[in-house]
Amino acid sequence: MKTIMKSGILAAVAVALSASLVSPVFARDLTVVSWGGNYQDAQRNIYFKPFSEKIGKPVLDEAWDGGIGVIQSKVKAGAPNWDAVQVEAEELALGCADGLYEKIDWDKMGGKDKFLDSAVNDCGVGAIVWSTAIAYDGDKLKEGPTSWADFWNVEKFPGKRSLRKGPKYTLEFALLADGVLKDELYDVLATEEGVARAFKKLDELKPNIVWWESGAQPLQFLASGEVAMASAYNGRITGINRSEGKNFKVVFPGSIYAVDSWVVLKDAENKDAAQDFIAFASLPENQAKLPEFVAYGLPNKEAAAKVPAEFSKDLPTDAANMTDSISLNVDFWIDNAETLTQRFNAWLAQ
Amino acid sequence: MSAGLSRTGRSLILLAPLLVFLIGFFVWPLFSMMSQSVSDTAVLRLLPRSAEVLPGWDRKSRPTMPMQTALMEDLKAVDDDQALGDMVRRLNSARSGFRTLMSKTTSALGDPANPPADLVSIDKRWEKPEFWLAIADALSPLTDRNLLAAVDLGRNAAGDIEHLPADQSVNRVILVRTFWIAALVTFACACIGFPYAMIAASLHGWKRDLMLAAVLLPLWTSLLVRTAAWFILLQERGLINDLLQTLGLIDGPLPLIFNRTGVIIAMTHVLLPFMVLPIYSVLITIPKNLMPAAASLGAHPLRAFMRVLLPLSFRGVASGSLLVFISAIGYYITPALIGGPGDQMISSIIAFYATGSANWGMAGALGVVLLVATLLLYSVYARLSAEEPGRR
Repeated sequence: MKTIMKSGILAAVAVALSASLVSPVFARDLTVVSWGGNYQDAQRNIYFKPFSEKIGKPVLDEAWDGGIGVIQSKVKAGAPNWDAVQVEAEELALGCADGLYEKIDWDKMGGKDKFLDSAVNDCGVGAIVWSTAIAYDGDKLKEGPTSWADFWNVEKFPGKRSLRKGPKYTLEFALLADGVLKDELYDVLATEEGVARAFKKLDELKPNIVWWESGAQPLQFLASGEVAMASAYNGRITGINRSEGKNFKVVFPGSIYAVDSWVVLKDAENKDAAQDFIAFASLPENQAKLPEFVAYGLPNKEAAAKVPAEFSKDLPTDAANMTDSISLNVDFWIDNAETLTQRFNAWLAQ
Repeated sequence: MSAGLSRTGRSLILLAPLLVFLIGFFVWPLFSMMSQSVSDTAVLRLLPRSAEVLPGWDRKSRPTMPMQTALMEDLKAVDDDQALGDMVRRLNSARSGFRTLMSKTTSALGDPANPPADLVSIDKRWEKPEFWLAIADALSPLTDRNLLAAVDLGRNAAGDIEHLPADQSVNRVILVRTFWIAALVTFACACIGFPYAMIAASLHGWKRDLMLAAVLLPLWTSLLVRTAAWFILLQERGLINDLLQTLGLIDGPLPLIFNRTGVIIAMTHVLLPFMVLPIYSVLITIPKNLMPAAASLGAHPLRAFMRVLLPLSFRGVASGSLLVFISAIGYYITPALIGGPGDQMISSIIAFYATGSANWGMAGALGVVLLVATLLLYSVYARLSAEEPGRR
């Protein structure tokens, strides 16, 4: 009898233990996920903390490195542990088509006409406009590069180069360096000859390329003198100038810009609070504070108008910077990312 | 009898947490990884009508009207966005362009005011047999496509296995490279780890503690931190190059980073504890008087080492090598940060398929290849270490 009771208690403990592993007992606080680093520090000050004070509840924030697979596995498993996430344009398009996000309540956001067209989507609200551009150290290169053709020209500008490891941006930049006009860029890249041409152009530079994978790397390479020029995210370039007193220059002509958006994961526990948070982060008076910390463009038109001139000159959305830059073609990349990545990896391994 | 049963029952209950843990974190993930790599139901389960019509198609000519109608009916019947997403991902991975084609098609089919007559009127791409071929090839519930692609093979239009074209073949090169780097790192670890463990085992008191601490402390430091530290040491204007240049030993900086040398140095350092500790644990159990005994019988120190110490410590070297090798083939961060493009290992490819493109089938297939290789190695190790007692 005693033994049966004992084993009964043991069994109950075992069940309780395993049950506590599976189901969370307490309600989770609103969890917001962004890209980490300086950018998320700024967001914490101007969005997360004020919003937490406004609703009187804690707001948790986490960082991620992107990847539609991450979002998909969280949503498919049910009860995702993230609510609002900042995603890149491709993740927005892929996830929206796959039903991984809640539909945005645009009335809450103040109406679609308040935003840039590219920042409006059924599943997402634009958070920033950012661009990938050539960066170089203005203290080391008095007369810097002005185009991707200069980036490829290792005789005029000796030294190594750094590019993001992957076909996205790299193939575009190679074609621009090869003289393709920006308006024909994606038409050329959509053909087999265009892709071959891009890889051929990359062959020229291959021995001089140091590849980077995380956004902080190209600036480290520039700072240590490892490379003479790099492709980098414009916000990071301006950020390091302000925080470490560097004189890194951004070359906006030929840069490629894209919109990052806020999304709410499907069936997330705090999906309503997440929409409220996105609305809060999209208010012009809140968004306009961002460029002081990080030089990313603002998708809310009213917010963009409020930014002081000293900060707005560094933004990708500034009229002068926008003229010769290119908008990332998201449709092209959602169709071709997998095949071209495979091909890029094969090219790299040669 | 009943006492025996309740004893078994009780021990089973005590074992339950372990069993739940093993099943939950070991058996189930492995099983789902393997089944992901061969299961292929994403398209079949949404396109039952097409699955009936498509086998009658000659795989070359323009799509017939019944094929188009069947696919349109199938697509109209889909009400699960996530299942549709899985299907589109599967098709787009076989044939680029399905993403935009499908979203255009489903939104046109969802427009009740203006029903399209056939698919070709929605998008010209539906005329091309390639897109239909991709669908036709995705209609069997099991596939060897991912496993074949993991070793750079594929099936041609006739269904025969052949090599993928050179511009798509990367996995085999990278797999061989992964094993080669792991082997070099294992060798380097053994060359450094064995003498180190020997010295540590021969010392006493604080000297031994200090040597062990020197191995263990890095083990408790984050992998990322150690890799970043090597980055600082190895870079072109890093500590090592600066020092060598100041000493006048070299004229220009040595290329230590973004190449194989850097990867081997950093990985050897990170994995060294896994070699030193097993060897050390075997060495301290070997009686101290064996080497003097061999010497007293006239053996040269080298001969004594080769005939006495090395065979006795073989078990430690073998398990250390196995640990290092198996850890090394899964390395991701160190080659990514310290290596050049020619040093990327297979885990970076797996990571791309898993997180970058959510192609779990391909990620699973590459995982299966790694798993099979590891199991083979383990069986070799098991055989080697099983022979050991017989030789003594």
